Amino acid sequence: MPYSVVAIGTSWGGLAALTTLLGGLPADFSIPVVVVQHRSHDSERLLSQLLQDATDLRVCEIEDKDPLTPGTVHLAPANYHVLIEQGYASLTVEEPVRFSRPSIDVMLTSASDTYGAGVIGVVLTGANEDGARGLAQIVKRGGRALVQDPKTAEIPIMPLAAIRAVPTAEVLPLDALVSRLIVLSADKVKVGAGGVQ
Amino acid sequence: MAVQVAEPPTAGESAQQAFKPDLERIEIELLLEGVFRHYGFDFRAYAYASIRRRLWKRIEEEGLSSVSALQERVLHEPAIMEKLLLDLSINVTAMFRDPNFYQTFREHVIPLLRTYPFIRIWHAGCSTGEEVYSMAILLREEGLYDRTRIYATDINEVVLQRAKAGIFPLERMQEYTDNYMRAGGKKSFSEYYTAKYGGALFDQSLTKNVVFSQHNLVTDHSFSEFNVILCRNVLIYFDKTLQSKVHSLFYDSLATFGVLVLGSKETLRFMAHEDAYQQIAPPEKIFRKVK
Repeated sequence: MPYSVVAIGTSWGGLAALTTLLGGLPADFSIPVVVVQHRSHDSERLLSQLLQDATDLRVCEIEDKDPLTPGTVHLAPANYHVLIEQGYASLTVEEPVRFSRPSIDVMLTSASDTYGAGVIGVVLTGANEDGARGLAQIVKRGGRALVQDPKTAEIPIMPLAAIRAVPTAEVLPLDALVSRLIVLSADKVKVGAGGVQ
Repeated sequence: MAVQVAEPPTAGESAQQAFKPDLERIEIELLLEGVFRHYGFDFRAYAYASIRRRLWKRIEEEGLSSVSALQERVLHEPAIMEKLLLDLSINVTAMFRDPNFYQTFREHVIPLLRTYPFIRIWHAGCSTGEEVYSMAILLREEGLYDRTRIYATDINEVVLQRAKAGIFPLERMQEYTDNYMRAGGKKSFSEYYTAKYGGALFDQSLTKNVVFSQHNLVTDHSFSEFNVILCRNVLIYFDKTLQSKVHSLFYDSLATFGVLVLGSKETLRFMAHEDAYQQIAPPEKIFRKVK
C-alpha cells in the first residue's frame, strides 16, 4: 500500500517554507497533501493564491467533505478545524485547541486515527508548539515523522517541540524534505506497522 | 458548551497494544446504537472523526480507557449521558458571524424579499440565538421585520431557552460591534442592548416575530414552507448520507425561488437536489431554488 496522506503543519514563516516545499513537488505527486497553516480569522483566499503561484500541484481551500485527491494540496480554511476521514476531509468549528483553530494537532491526530501507518506527518517553522502531540501520535500508530531542521527554520520553536516529542523524526532542511517526500511517494507502507493500511 | 479536546485520545492505549481502528469503530457504533435505543438521541449518522474525538474527551474526563467502558457508564448512569450530550452538542456561534455573509445578504437577498408581502424564514440549528438576533436586526434596518416571521429551531431545549432570554456575554460586545459594522450595520450597535443581569440584554422587540421551537433535523419532518432557510455550520457535523437527507427536507420546505443559506465552507455537491439550486453572489453560500 502506498502512503495515504502527507499531513503538514506550520505557523510563523510557513508561507515561505511551504512555497519551497510544495514548489519542489511534481504535478503528479501521488499522495494527497493536507496543510494546516495558522493564520488570522479573516484572512481570505490570499494564502491559497500565493501557494498556487508557487506549485504545480492544484491548491484548494478545503470545503466540508472534500475528497482527498492525489496531485492536490488541501489547505485548511481560516477558523475551522480539519479532520481527516477515510478518503475525505471534514470541517468543524469546535473550540480552538491551545488557542489555535485550525489546530495542527487536531488534523495530524485525525489523520493517524484514520490512516495509521499510512500517514507522513511534516512539521515546519513556527512560533508555538502546535503539531508536536499530533506528530507523536502519528509515530505511535506506525506513521512517519519529518521535521524541518530547526537551524534552517525562520522560527525554530515548532520544529524543536516536534523533535522533543518525536526524537526519532527525520530532521531535514526544506530541499531535502522535498526529495524525501518524492522518495516516500514511491514507497510502500510497511505491513503490520499498526494502523489501517 | 466549550468542546475542547486537549490530549490525543491515547489514554489507556499501552505501547504494546496495537491500535485497531476497525474494532474501535465497532465499539463506537455500538455505543451510539445503545444511546439511541435507550435515550432516543440519534448520533448514528454524525460525522465519524468528530464524534470519535468528542467521545474520547468524555472517556478521558471520566478516567476510563475504552469506548466500551464509556458505553457501560452511559447506559447505566443518566448523569454521564447528560455530560456526553453536552460534549456532542457544538454551540459555537457569534452575532454577525462571517460579516461578509450579512453584507452579501443585504445586497442580494433583501431586494428579493422586498417583493414578498410576507416573509417566512427558518433558522435551522439556531443554537443560543446570536445569529437569529443578528438577522432580526438586519431585517429591521431594511424595513422588512414587521412582515417577517422567523422560525428558529434547535434540537437542544437548553440552548433554545438561552436564545429566548436574549442575554449574551458583555465581553463579546466589542467583537460583535466590529462584526456588525463590517456586516453593513446602519446604526450604533449599542442601541440594541442594555447591560443587565451581568450580560447584554437584547431589545425584546427583536423577537416579537420569532418563534423558538425544538426541531430535530435527523428525525422530524418539514413543518411549513419558507422563503429563506438558514443552516450554517450545522450539517458539517453530519455524515454525507444524513447531509443529503436533510437537504431533501430543506428542498421540500423551500418555496420556489426560495433562498438556502449554508456555512461558508459547506457545499451542495453530491447532495439531493443539487441541480435545483443556483448560487447567488459567490463565494457566499447563498443558493436560490430555481426548480
